[in-house]
Amino acid sequence: MPTEILMPALSPTMTEGNLARWVKKEGEKVAAGDVIAEIETDKATMEVEAVDEGTLGRILVPEGSEGVQVNTPIALLLGEDEDAAALDGAAAEAPARRPEPAEAPKAEAKQPEGGKEAAGGAFPATTPAPPEPEVPEGTEMVRMTVREALRDAMAEEMRRDDTVFLMGEEVAQYQGAYKVSQGLLDEFGERRVIDTPITEHGFAGLGVGAGMAGLRPIVEFMTWNFAMQAMDQIINSAAKTLYMAGGELGCSIVFRGPNGAASRVAAQHSQDYASWYMHCPGLKVVAPYSAADAKGLLKAAIRDPNPVIFLENEMLYGQSFEVPRLDDFVVPIGKAKIVREGRHVTITGYSLMVARALEAAAVLAEQGIEAEVIDLRTLRPLDTETIVESVRKTNRLVSVEEGWPVAGVGSELAAVMMEQAFDWLDAPVARVAGKDVPLPYAANLEKMALPQVEDIVEAAKTVCYRK
Amino acid sequence: MSTATRSGSKARGADKGGSGGQQALPSREKLLDLYREMLMIRRFEEKAGQLYGMGLIGGFCHLYIGQEAVAVGIQHALTEADSVITGYRDHGHMLVCGMEPRRVMAELTGRATGYSKGKGGSMHMFARDKKFYGGHGIVGAQVPLGSGIAFAHKYRGDGGLCVAYMGDGAVNQGQVYESFNMASLWQLPVLYVIENNRYGMGTSVQRAAAGPALCERGHAYGIPGHQVDGMDVVAVLEKAKEITGEIRAGKGPVILEAMTYRYRGHSMSDPAKYRTKEEVQEMREKHDPIEQLKRRMIEGKAATEEQLKELDKEVRGIVNDAARFSQDSPEPDAAELWTDVLVEA
Repeated sequence: MPTEILMPALSPTMTEGNLARWVKKEGEKVAAGDVIAEIETDKATMEVEAVDEGTLGRILVPEGSEGVQVNTPIALLLGEDEDAAALDGAAAEAPARRPEPAEAPKAEAKQPEGGKEAAGGAFPATTPAPPEPEVPEGTEMVRMTVREALRDAMAEEMRRDDTVFLMGEEVAQYQGAYKVSQGLLDEFGERRVIDTPITEHGFAGLGVGAGMAGLRPIVEFMTWNFAMQAMDQIINSAAKTLYMAGGELGCSIVFRGPNGAASRVAAQHSQDYASWYMHCPGLKVVAPYSAADAKGLLKAAIRDPNPVIFLENEMLYGQSFEVPRLDDFVVPIGKAKIVREGRHVTITGYSLMVARALEAAAVLAEQGIEAEVIDLRTLRPLDTETIVESVRKTNRLVSVEEGWPVAGVGSELAAVMMEQAFDWLDAPVARVAGKDVPLPYAANLEKMALPQVEDIVEAAKTVCYRK
Repeated sequence: MSTATRSGSKARGADKGGSGGQQALPSREKLLDLYREMLMIRRFEEKAGQLYGMGLIGGFCHLYIGQEAVAVGIQHALTEADSVITGYRDHGHMLVCGMEPRRVMAELTGRATGYSKGKGGSMHMFARDKKFYGGHGIVGAQVPLGSGIAFAHKYRGDGGLCVAYMGDGAVNQGQVYESFNMASLWQLPVLYVIENNRYGMGTSVQRAAAGPALCERGHAYGIPGHQVDGMDVVAVLEKAKEITGEIRAGKGPVILEAMTYRYRGHSMSDPAKYRTKEEVQEMREKHDPIEQLKRRMIEGKAATEEQLKELDKEVRGIVNDAARFSQDSPEPDAAELWTDVLVEA
């Protein structure tokens, strides 16, 4: 039997990829370790090496195919004693979802309207929703990924202000560990797009110093997990100096990078830091869901004269949303957004959890419960007004967060509801949070530890006193 | 004038730019300036100690007495384009940067007229117009910050450099080496001054720091290190002029270790059981930076006893005025509790 060569997973979050190029042709000899093909993931183009030796018998997935699912057979390898006749017995269908001719342009894998299935579930668009005040009616919308939106936000701000620069690990020559800074080095050069050594405490502090001296640094953490090394500079130097200086000296700086669980990377690489930073006066904390908010809020963060913690999410980087085509689209920090209107229960979330909340709302709708979903977008300052107003209408609140429950975002929301909406509550505030354990690696345990759609549905039904 | 090599350090006093009266003295005016500024710090700190004893200054108060020659000598090698940042033993640096004694003292007493409106205290004062960036209370944290200020000088191409002071205790913090690495990689215009006063709080350098002299701590990063007698203001000034010249020429960061001594405790509540009274006495009698300069000026006929007495009187007047101001000023308004958390965008 010929050996099946399968589409490999080349990153923790990869579920599919594009077959960019076949390096070996049918009939060519292949030795273990030979590069046989190039595969484009959402992060980079990677070479695939042969594991076994033999002859490349048949290519099942042609060059240029997009959206090839991980573990799909992409070719058949003939062993030493096999000839082409052996191929006839083997599976020969080309299972790529959207095979395209080899000369097709290689764009980001396109997603169907309304999101797509991926490792973590669906990514619904944030509609229906009231129009944003900052988007004039009739504005043309462009579909782009969160990754592209973040890159565009940085590029636009760097074009308009020479004091804005980007520094971090692999942001320049490597084009970003998650490809967020792709192309920025080419446009802005090494004076303004700066690769740092792996030295979080050092470069965070250096960034704060540059901010104190009047520059506007964007400091990228490869993930927020690594920013714990830099915590002293973020809190003691960036957040507190303005106050300690009586207003004489502050620092405009953005710390940004992916936050929360990615996929199967275990406890040290999977923490949601929202409540940690939300706790600290002197910081602003932003955690967008959609590409439009990612763009508009990052532009606002870069212009803000204060230190801004900008929490992204790796699972969202490759997701596409509608983004208004405007010369200068800025979303104000400090405003939550109602992303789905409803009257029975309010569900709040931020970042990736907005997707879960929207999915839960769709399930609840089928059961006759109309949930209002609020994307918090900014965690500090928290837009309590929008949340309280919603709860006065629905009389119920379910808070969803990926982080741990103790002293979490939901704990804060519960307290705010006690203080400001007590008389309107018909049920205790429900918290859906990550389980109170370090995040496990095993797929089943990881899923159990993170908030799922059914957990949110369950919580919403409980506060609505429905079975 | 020899300079240390990339690997080299100089033994204390062995540096030709170092101590002793061999080199030509600066001008009479310059000497008087140096003397006056050191005296200002000394009298200011004595007064601060007094006010602390009276309960007018609270919390932590780290006095600079004994170390005056370091900040004064370095400052005279700087230009208006240059920036300064330091740790928590910072009153002396503020005064030589040109910050007003009145407002520094008023910050110590926690009054509305203080540099930080009474919200920062001893360790947290800043003056953007003097390019003085604090005043930082976390040991070593000012070193990456200072490197970032140097980064900004280079980014703007404004010709300035940053002096980042640290104590001998700070040199064992990891972030100091993260800074050394980046500063050398990117050839940042930064002068790292290690004020080695022999004790990090109550732990002597010998008990805290492995390896040879602290000025060699940049060796691994290709940063040249120098040592200077930090009790000799002229030596510090001459060495700083030479080093800042190299930094301005684009040669990247340099480390200068100033061998100095603090007479008072680490903070006001330090029983000082870790050293002998005789040790302190010996430093005061034989190495006091102000007395040394005074002697040299009188011997060299740069000043008379009477002149210097007059100067002392004038300095005491300024310090007494600052002390009065700091007590007469009101406490911050209650509304100030809520201001300056964020800049209103």
